[in-house]
Amino acid sequence: MAAIHESPGAAPEKKGFLGWLNKRLPVDEFVKTQLTGYYAPKNFNIWYFFGSLALLVLVMQLVTGIFLTMFYKPGELTSFDSVEYIMREVDSGWLIRYLHSTGASAFFIVVYLHMFRALLYGSYKPPRELLWIFGMLVYLALMAEAFMGYVLPWGNMSFWGAQVIVNLFGTIPVIGPPLVEWIRGDYGIADATLNRFFALHVVAIPLGLLLLVVLHLVALRQTGSNNPDGIEIKKNLGPDGHPVDGIPFHPYYTVKDIFGVGVFFILFTIVVFFVPTFGGLFLEGPNFDPANPMSTPEHIAPVWYFTPYYAILRAVPDQRMGALLMGLAVVLFLFLPWLDRSPVKSMRYRGPISKLMLTLFVIAFISLGYLGLEPPSGLYTVLARIFAVVYFAFFLLMPIYSRASFDKTKPVPERVLFNAH
Amino acid sequence: MHINTMRTKARFAWRSFLVVAVVECVLVTGAAALIGTVHAAEEEKGGGLGSDWKTSHAGTDVENKASLQRGARNFANYCIGCHSLKYERWSRMAQDLDISEDLLEKDIMPPGDKPAQYILTSMPAADSEAWFGKTPPDLSLIARSRGKDYLYQFLTTFYVDPTRPTGSNNLRLPSTAMPAVLSEREGLKRAVYKNVGGEQVFDHFEMIAPGQLSTAEYEAFVRDTVNFLDYVGEPTQAARRSLGVWVVLFLLLFTWLAWLMKKEYWKDVH
Repeated sequence: MAAIHESPGAAPEKKGFLGWLNKRLPVDEFVKTQLTGYYAPKNFNIWYFFGSLALLVLVMQLVTGIFLTMFYKPGELTSFDSVEYIMREVDSGWLIRYLHSTGASAFFIVVYLHMFRALLYGSYKPPRELLWIFGMLVYLALMAEAFMGYVLPWGNMSFWGAQVIVNLFGTIPVIGPPLVEWIRGDYGIADATLNRFFALHVVAIPLGLLLLVVLHLVALRQTGSNNPDGIEIKKNLGPDGHPVDGIPFHPYYTVKDIFGVGVFFILFTIVVFFVPTFGGLFLEGPNFDPANPMSTPEHIAPVWYFTPYYAILRAVPDQRMGALLMGLAVVLFLFLPWLDRSPVKSMRYRGPISKLMLTLFVIAFISLGYLGLEPPSGLYTVLARIFAVVYFAFFLLMPIYSRASFDKTKPVPERVLFNAH
Repeated sequence: MHINTMRTKARFAWRSFLVVAVVECVLVTGAAALIGTVHAAEEEKGGGLGSDWKTSHAGTDVENKASLQRGARNFANYCIGCHSLKYERWSRMAQDLDISEDLLEKDIMPPGDKPAQYILTSMPAADSEAWFGKTPPDLSLIARSRGKDYLYQFLTTFYVDPTRPTGSNNLRLPSTAMPAVLSEREGLKRAVYKNVGGEQVFDHFEMIAPGQLSTAEYEAFVRDTVNFLDYVGEPTQAARRSLGVWVVLFLLLFTWLAWLMKKEYWKDVH
């Protein structure tokens, strides 16, 4: 028996159903390589909750979404009524709908914090460039998913929001106008648009999202997680062949994440049960009016998670240029692994200039988000321009300011910093 | 020394998180205080009737069944002539508001309607469009799309205006197509303007013909009606809040246990 145990990769033979199953499906092997045998750095802090929370929200959106489609009826004449039917007459329909609508905002909160973590600790830097790119593609898919989902209730803001966003494609030279017509499937935002957005929202994009999330996780398992110190724990292996600064993902991070899930759900359910519209931020007032092509809302603004980009769009006097910069503002994240020339990953060991630029970027992002919600006016437009410049400076000047010759880095420790409790 | 550095570093994220939280709290409190001061200042300036209409609040309570019942009665007496609540059934309303079926059929529901039917006006849309220039909107979601304060302000700021086809106008929604249908209750008001920098600005209302209700009684009447419309906007809201309390309490317990479990497991990690 002992000899069998020592041979690499061999698990003790199981009897009964589990034995039968494992001969046909690598259940034990999966658990061993992905959970109990997957070593993650032991110094994860609060910023490392948001990856698993994003997965949780994704599952929640899929489940609540499936139940919503059982009563939702896409169509110009039926969408709005069917949503109200769900809110009023379907058993617990209001709960499912609020979980889904609040979940959309929660998804972006969690994903933005997850992305900020990567900026803070340089998680996009080699060897994790592809992991970062898959993550960014998840973010792009999420934006498309959220935008099309927002159109489905067919409220007046759904209609006019779709009008504004789809028309942005019209600014593309030559192919713009026919492209817009192709997207809409009609000469205006209409029944055809609503139905194809439904198809994309419930089938096509979720499939893409799931595939990208799987790729994101597979890439993560390949390189291993980064950590707040930005050290590669795999470089420091103990006598058992495992990283000395690593601990098995299960049980240590599964129990820790369960606690994180609890805290998240407390905050989340407070919103769902007590402030589901979140003061018009998660569900906007004008969207309780049915779509009406004859009546433009006083002030068209996208939902909060798009407003930083919307503010950039409006800050530029030329619409085509604005749309281009708006697209660039999203796409620039993809290039971070190559824009960043710092020899160290974590902000902890970078110089003051990198820290300052990241702080300014966060201020600019939040301020643009606020400005995008407000009607454009003299002072606000000026502010939006200033913050837009800061936003782009963070990315475009990074190859200069992130260099060690420019921004002196501190020595990185050999082992991760961990304070046992 | 080394341990101190380690601790400082390990707390880096926590501290940045806390700083952001504190700054946000200060900003929000500051903004709220500022808005409060502005409101208080505006209210202090106020003189006669309606001079503070822009800041008046509906002050409704959707858990107050008596108020909702009065609001339902008001709707059935004054609103249903033109407006529908097309997403609300009579029976649902009666059930949620503790109105007995007898009372519903005898006093509230128009003759001919059945409890399972939706609350619909009998005015044909084509007629109302010809009479008012537009079909009066369905009010099922009006409290959600406009807000309760908006409705309260709208229903309390009708005034006599001979230049309008309806003979009346409104401060909240100038040139509204809706006539002052509640004037028999409220009375007739005239708008008094003051001259501010060469411009005529609304100052206050003057009652020119009192109605069946005093000003305070009319305000209560409007409050009940708005409260009812708030209920209709989201009939499940009371159930939502009461369920929410239990969900959050359960999660607090769950999270506390999860924390203890995490601490127990992490004792091994050095």
